[in-house]
Amino acid sequence: MTETADNFDEMYDAEGGIRSGYAEYCNWYAEQEAGYLRRKDKDAEGSFRRTGITFNVYGEDDAEERLIPFDMVPRIITAPEWRRLTRGIEQRVSALNAFIHDLYHRQEILRAGRVPKRLFRQNEAWLPHMVGLTPPGGVYTHIVGIDLVRTGPDDFFVLEDNARTPSGVSYMLENRETMMAMYPELFTRVPVATVSDYPRRLAKSLAACAPDCAEGKPNVAVLTPGIYNSAYYEHAFLADQMGAELVEGTDLRVVGGRVQMRTTRGFEPVDVLYRRVDDEFLDPLTFNPESVLGVPGIMDVYRSGGITIANAPGTGIADDKAIYSFMPDIVEFYTGEKPLLPNVETWRCADEDSLKYVLDNLDELVVKEVHGSGGYGMLIGPTASKKEIREFREKLVEKPENYIAQPTLSLSTCPIFTRTGLAPRHVDLRPFVLVSPEGVDITPGGLTRVALKKGSLVVNSSQGGGTKDTWVLKD
Amino acid sequence: MLGRTANSLFWMFRHLERAENTARLLEAGFRMALTRDVATAEEEWRSVIEAMGLRETYEAHNGTYTGQQAWNFILREKDNPGSVMQMIDHVRTNARAARNAISGELWTSINTSWMEIRALLKRPVSQGHVGEAAEMIRRAGMLAHGAMAGSMLRNEGFHFARVGTFVERADAIARILDMKYYLLLPSLSYVGTSMDTGQWDQVLRSVSGDRAYRWLNAGQIDARGIVEFLVLDDRFPRSLAFCHSALRQNLAALARIHGEEGESNALMRDADTRLHDLTIEEIFDIGLHEFLIDFMARNAAIANAVAEDYRFLA
Repeated sequence: MTETADNFDEMYDAEGGIRSGYAEYCNWYAEQEAGYLRRKDKDAEGSFRRTGITFNVYGEDDAEERLIPFDMVPRIITAPEWRRLTRGIEQRVSALNAFIHDLYHRQEILRAGRVPKRLFRQNEAWLPHMVGLTPPGGVYTHIVGIDLVRTGPDDFFVLEDNARTPSGVSYMLENRETMMAMYPELFTRVPVATVSDYPRRLAKSLAACAPDCAEGKPNVAVLTPGIYNSAYYEHAFLADQMGAELVEGTDLRVVGGRVQMRTTRGFEPVDVLYRRVDDEFLDPLTFNPESVLGVPGIMDVYRSGGITIANAPGTGIADDKAIYSFMPDIVEFYTGEKPLLPNVETWRCADEDSLKYVLDNLDELVVKEVHGSGGYGMLIGPTASKKEIREFREKLVEKPENYIAQPTLSLSTCPIFTRTGLAPRHVDLRPFVLVSPEGVDITPGGLTRVALKKGSLVVNSSQGGGTKDTWVLKD
Repeated sequence: MLGRTANSLFWMFRHLERAENTARLLEAGFRMALTRDVATAEEEWRSVIEAMGLRETYEAHNGTYTGQQAWNFILREKDNPGSVMQMIDHVRTNARAARNAISGELWTSINTSWMEIRALLKRPVSQGHVGEAAEMIRRAGMLAHGAMAGSMLRNEGFHFARVGTFVERADAIARILDMKYYLLLPSLSYVGTSMDTGQWDQVLRSVSGDRAYRWLNAGQIDARGIVEFLVLDDRFPRSLAFCHSALRQNLAALARIHGEEGESNALMRDADTRLHDLTIEEIFDIGLHEFLIDFMARNAAIANAVAEDYRFLA
């Protein structure tokens, strides 16, 4: 059932034995008939379609809604592994918040010379409007997604910090619902920590960040760009699960110094706005004047303390890929501790020496755009053709500061279900982290993305990746 | 609740009702055409299209009224904004927009029906499948209403949905009656003209009222009886009186929830008084057509007032 590979497999050890976390699952699996599992696999797609958990792909003519493929084999993390991860994540997220606060205030870290000033001068994610402003509760990143990869039993690395508007949490929740509906018996056999209270935790965490002017129970609303947005399902899902209003820019207006929503009774103030639109569309008076997705004047209300915006505008400065390479220093600077979760080794192409190294080793490295996301605009050296490498080299030489490079990691694999049985595929993990004045809250689970093509390292859903249910085991 | 969400709920159920009424009209027309010669069948389809208010759009695309053309136009024509497929699309789009104001069960029922109907209407519909299509659409309505009854909070959202349903239903019935009013003039039956009872049957079938009518009238069929049944009999869920009684209750509930009455409640009271005081003789004295025109105008005014009272639009 296993294929020999150099990388770490999360289910099987090097001798083909089953690792402890997967033992009971594998017992169950061995008892199932292949035909039964294949039928179940088909049912899963129907179930997702009926629920409507689809996404729209940008740039496709026939605005068809697509499903992110779901794999029925869970990705399992043991309780001790999870405890270690949560300590590292808490440390990292606390540092991120302290870092953003510092950047928009005294900039101690720049004065100390630990991060170069040039990174901020022309960075689009830097918002001068945030200078000197402290958001309600002092929280910048209310919701963070930390992307992790694994290369060995104890070797987890942070691949990326998502400090703007991380998405995918609805998949964490729906994947679990689907697994519980399809294989209820598994959950009586394996002690899996629950994820279903994430929306309640989110609502609580957001309410705890309400501004002082909020009266009684804070009014929380989710701001969506609308039903044609690729992540609309998630916006509606979260609003529904939290019991919050789902608003669009046209529902909101600044009235009497507050952001208010047009209800059937008239205008009612919004205390906490969980926005799923990017900074530049948030306020046409301050940012992109063409934007119809935002609320004219919301930044003035924000500056006067009349509303909490989650995440705060300008947090993107902390999840920029160029900043990423400084995260170990950043963690140390604000927490006084060594980072518990290491970064992936990163070469900043803006540095001359690094650039030389990267150019000499393009066929072995992964090169990414500093501001890119979604797996676009990157070069994966080992699998790229000579022509692709040649073309990328030209772009790199022309604008080296736009790129960073990382070694091609030997990412861990976890088996997926195929017509011919289990087959290993590369995975990553995005746990979802909530931050409020009451502390950092991490739901035990997350979004496991899986590359469905054999050997592929790209897990992004926009590029053919799928998802798995992620199980954190209880002690 | 957001005004925009209230608007979505209202239109979600209006479009659902419209799709369902279209399906009933289509079924009745289909059945009628089957029993006619070719020329009369074409006449029948013309009147079905007319009753849907689609004659101009239809004739811009088609020169003749064959059954095949007519039912495909009604069910799935891309350039027909009143096609069943487009209405079901609107239902789902509005349900998506109001996703956090409807229950999961209601959303799943809408989404599942949409998937089925879309699959069936992907290709032209053959004669053997017209009945299946119409039934699927009616079932979509039943599923949605059932899911709503069994799972939704009786808050303002529920009432906006119901208002959409009954405003649309009242309008559709009045429109069908008006289309056929020449068949329903009592003078004809008084003088004992050998009026085609099949035509009367057709009117009743268009609103799925044939069986209920027979049950209540012991098989006696005449124009006066049909009009009285469809206009004034509040036992029948597809009569004007029933729709307005339901509408009044839902508007009253909204006023209760909001603690004040609006323009919509005042207009409703006027319309109610008007309908309540009328006898079937008086309706024929006024003129059935004139009565229906007045009814539709009042109905539309109530819908507009609801949108205004509850801030549907910015």
